[in-house]
Amino acid sequence: MGMGLLFDATRCIGCGACSSACKEQNKLPGKVEEVLTAYTWTTVQEKEGLNVRRLCMHCEVPTCASVCPVAALKKTPEGPVVYDAERCMGCRYCMMACPFEIPKYQWDRPVPVVGKCIMCAGRLKEGKPTACAAACPAEATTFGKKEDLIWEARTRIRQKPGAYVDHIYGLTEAGGTSVLMISNVPFDKLGLKSNLPAEPPAMRTWQVLSNIPDFVAVWGVFLYGVHWITARREDVANAGSNGNRHGNGRENRS
Amino acid sequence: MNTLATLAPRRFRPGFWTAIFVILFLAFCSVTVIRFTKGLGAVTNLSDQFPWGLWIGFDLLCGVGLAAGAFTLTAVVHLFNLKRFEPIVRPTILTGFLGYAFVIVALLLDLGQPWRIWHAIVYWNTHSVMFEVAWCVMLYTTVLAVEFSPVVFERFGFHAPSRLIHRLITPLVILGVILSTLHQSSLGSLYLIVPSKLHPLWYSPMLPLHFYISAIGAGIGMVILESYLSKRAFHRHLEMDLLEPLARGMVVALGIYGLMRLQAIARNHAFGSLFNSYEGRMFLVEFLLGVVLPVALMSFRRLRTNPDWLVGGAFLAVLGFVMNRLNVSITGMEAASGTRYIPSAMEIIVSVGLVATGMAVFAFAVHLFPIFPEGPVAGAKEQSGGA
Repeated sequence: MGMGLLFDATRCIGCGACSSACKEQNKLPGKVEEVLTAYTWTTVQEKEGLNVRRLCMHCEVPTCASVCPVAALKKTPEGPVVYDAERCMGCRYCMMACPFEIPKYQWDRPVPVVGKCIMCAGRLKEGKPTACAAACPAEATTFGKKEDLIWEARTRIRQKPGAYVDHIYGLTEAGGTSVLMISNVPFDKLGLKSNLPAEPPAMRTWQVLSNIPDFVAVWGVFLYGVHWITARREDVANAGSNGNRHGNGRENRS
Repeated sequence: MNTLATLAPRRFRPGFWTAIFVILFLAFCSVTVIRFTKGLGAVTNLSDQFPWGLWIGFDLLCGVGLAAGAFTLTAVVHLFNLKRFEPIVRPTILTGFLGYAFVIVALLLDLGQPWRIWHAIVYWNTHSVMFEVAWCVMLYTTVLAVEFSPVVFERFGFHAPSRLIHRLITPLVILGVILSTLHQSSLGSLYLIVPSKLHPLWYSPMLPLHFYISAIGAGIGMVILESYLSKRAFHRHLEMDLLEPLARGMVVALGIYGLMRLQAIARNHAFGSLFNSYEGRMFLVEFLLGVVLPVALMSFRRLRTNPDWLVGGAFLAVLGFVMNRLNVSITGMEAASGTRYIPSAMEIIVSVGLVATGMAVFAFAVHLFPIFPEGPVAGAKEQSGGA
């Protein structure tokens, strides 16, 4: 299941330490912005009196990775969905397709790449937590094994009945994510998409794409069959009217 | 070289259309320079909320779709063996090839790093619709070039390669139809992945089929329209005996497509949004003007056999097709994005400039090569932006 992050909106004090730590860790230029950009990979937004973090959810079956024509985006076994800027040719299908609207683009640069949270994949390899989790003074963002985080989230919801909405955001959304969120306000009011099906969107295209080899074979045989019949018909018609001359269907005779 | 020299347009007098074309082309070049020095943000109204705009909605989706006449007509002639349509195959293949060239140039502007376009050949992701589209477009553009090459060989008197291609025409056409079927439908599949973003008036699990069948209908419409423009530009006659049955095919394709669209909307329970929303109004214009009206008009033999009505019907079908692709890629995506996208003047210049360039190249090609049955139209009105 890999590693993940648990964000508890009831604990967040909105200090922005996570965003600053992220900028420093990933060497992102400029100030922390209110919304995600190619240079702000995580930010804290105030909604309904709560502070809510925005960051890549790191889907278990990432839509971005499924749509990328050059496989520049990948889900690693450790949890992070990482991005290979050297491969990306800039089609921006990932931005179009992401159900959480996370990948952002460097619109201001002549040689642009995509920017998004990569869950500090480098730090994870060294056994360290993400920069944002390490920086959080209020334990609002917790780093750990995803299964432990689910258990932790369930415990918090159970221990204080009424203090939380009885739902872990990210457990089923778009097929489940490595980042989980809990809150005492319904998630759609926090600006999070609440209409996401539990089936990963990637399955919808795979159902079509996986049928292509069969389709090519059947369609090819059908089209050749049509050609054979029409050419044969012409041959027969020609043979009937002008003796033994054959017409355009000649190349089909074996 | 000698042949080329003798074919250079004689008595070339720059006219109104040539001037328009030169201005558009220069504007296009300036936008290209800004785009590659200042970035996409400097020339487009694209944003993080709206990453795909006019260049995908019009240049890619419409460019590929309206070139569908090429595979439809080669299938009609070479597979269904309706040889009488042979005279309009060459201009249709040329239109198709130029359509795909148009798409590729547009993509080179739209891609963030177009110099990496070859990455799709090296780094594979078979789960990506875009990967499949990239391969099909690449291969089918090659097929179109090969299908067109006998015209070029013929002009310069090389007969051996023409004979080889003639012998291989059946597998070539079958390959072209398979590739076209795949990527025409896959342009619709591109949007299968955004069920939570695309408006229910357009989203459907059947999107690939909608895109495929509407491309056949509008592709035929484009063949008729292109014949008409050629008639006007090069003083040719309109092959009404061929275009009338094509219009019948168009009615069938658009009719099936229209019913499928209605079924999809019923399945989404989206009829409620028809009259009280921006999307609903846009859909009504698209569907009534671009599907219902051409089907209704072209169902009458009297109108199909009248050149003006025929061209009008074809124009409506093409217009409806363009509106549909823009609605899927722009109108239907706006609500979920939370922004409104209106293409910038520079985005429009690129699209219009590319269309004009395509027309100019077409006009140039019919002067040089035997595209029409009567041969190169060297003596006709000498205007490079002719159509």
